[in-house]
Amino acid sequence: MSPSYQDLLGNAREVIPEVEPSEVAPRVADGTGPLIIDVRETAEWDQGHLPGAVHIPRGFLESRISGTAPDLDQEILVSCASGQRSLLSAKTLHDMGFTNVTNLAGGFARWKQNNHPVEVPRILTAAQRSRYSRHILIPEVGEEGQMKLLDSKALLIGAGGLGSPAAYYLAAAGVGTIGLVDDDEVDESNLQRQIIHTTDRVGMNKGESAKQAIAALNPEVQVNVHPFRINRDNVLDLVSQYDVIVDGADNFPTRYLLADASLMTNTPLVHASILRFEGHASVFKPYDGPCYRCLFPEPPPPDLAPSCGEAGVLGVLCGVMGNIQATEAIKVLLDIGDTLSGRLLIYDALGMTFTELKVRRDPDCPSCGPNADLQLRDYEAWCAGVGSHAGAHA
Amino acid sequence: MSTVKIPPVLRAAAGGERTVEASGATVGEVLASLCDAHPAIGAQILTADGELHKFVNVYVNDEDARLMQWTDTPVGDDDTLLILPAMAGGQ
Repeated sequence: MSPSYQDLLGNAREVIPEVEPSEVAPRVADGTGPLIIDVRETAEWDQGHLPGAVHIPRGFLESRISGTAPDLDQEILVSCASGQRSLLSAKTLHDMGFTNVTNLAGGFARWKQNNHPVEVPRILTAAQRSRYSRHILIPEVGEEGQMKLLDSKALLIGAGGLGSPAAYYLAAAGVGTIGLVDDDEVDESNLQRQIIHTTDRVGMNKGESAKQAIAALNPEVQVNVHPFRINRDNVLDLVSQYDVIVDGADNFPTRYLLADASLMTNTPLVHASILRFEGHASVFKPYDGPCYRCLFPEPPPPDLAPSCGEAGVLGVLCGVMGNIQATEAIKVLLDIGDTLSGRLLIYDALGMTFTELKVRRDPDCPSCGPNADLQLRDYEAWCAGVGSHAGAHA
Repeated sequence: MSTVKIPPVLRAAAGGERTVEASGATVGEVLASLCDAHPAIGAQILTADGELHKFVNVYVNDEDARLMQWTDTPVGDDDTLLILPAMAGGQ
């Protein structure tokens, strides 16, 4: 006669000892407990489990156990919801040659009733799984990477030509917190390129305007509007609240200030600059590659450094360069791929060419070199006074 | 003759050209020949003493000439020089 379900449980009980939650809880708490295998389904696991447990749904137990427990003599405690599926799973392990397998009596339900600690795994909601499904499909991102992005904080200096596309795409990508530093207001002449703003928001602070656009695109992104100019009094406090800086500033004093603040707070800096048909982009990882001053020890004089307002800029160029910044920021946040650290990318839209230059750490760099005396300075005065030339305001 | 790429801010000084040909066996010679042909460029990238301003980066192909032999860095006919001042624009 074929064995019934009760027969199978009875047979398993003969060879698998049961352990009460109160017996094993102190060992789980102090880290000396057995390897805990939770054989419930994913939806049950997602509701909570024993601390430190490993999730192997019962259907995958035979195929996956050796990867988790290569030693047949290892002490294993099997857990499920009420102690029955885990009993049969423990019997399976016993039959596979594991010599020290026990079953959690009453399962997770009794563990929880006895008020022992529970770990609730962090998971994406159904809405997040849907919204970020194309990211989750990419092996280099996946659910784990997406959660990392949701926990990440990016500080964008400027919500203008570069900041508009960068902020838009970082928000769409689910970067959880975006800080926007801009004291300027939306002007009609911005709308040819600063696509995060709209005609009916002309006159509004750019950070506030961008916040409205982001709220419409991805309401779960926290947008911090910082409607002031960044300076040496506020930069360290601000930058240290974020994981990456996206530099879309429009003047050299701010760029050199950010470069030094990036080093002082160990915050990676994603750089881009634009003029007419040409864009530059790089990534400066503090002390792990060159910094901005290794590349450009000094700013050029004003006539060699006109602003986009003086010399013009192709609107689309901002989209390309701002999105290169967004791409690099995401890679920095996820620690994937090869960033532009150590390289300067030059995009010439007129010739449609991308040129790469090598950027190396300068051993004599006054900001990141071994003998550097790094401290925040009056960058306006320094930019105006370096060398024999005067002034450098974009 | 090697090729010199002119950045946007110097193009007016080079007659609007994005690249120009210049002769010379070293970075210094090529730049001198460039500045002879286009004195307005020299006025912007050279000091009164004829030295290159510190804010001017010069690359030979993809390498920074400062990290090689600076103005003595050899330049061949197939090499490309790139003059690179920083740009500040972002808005």
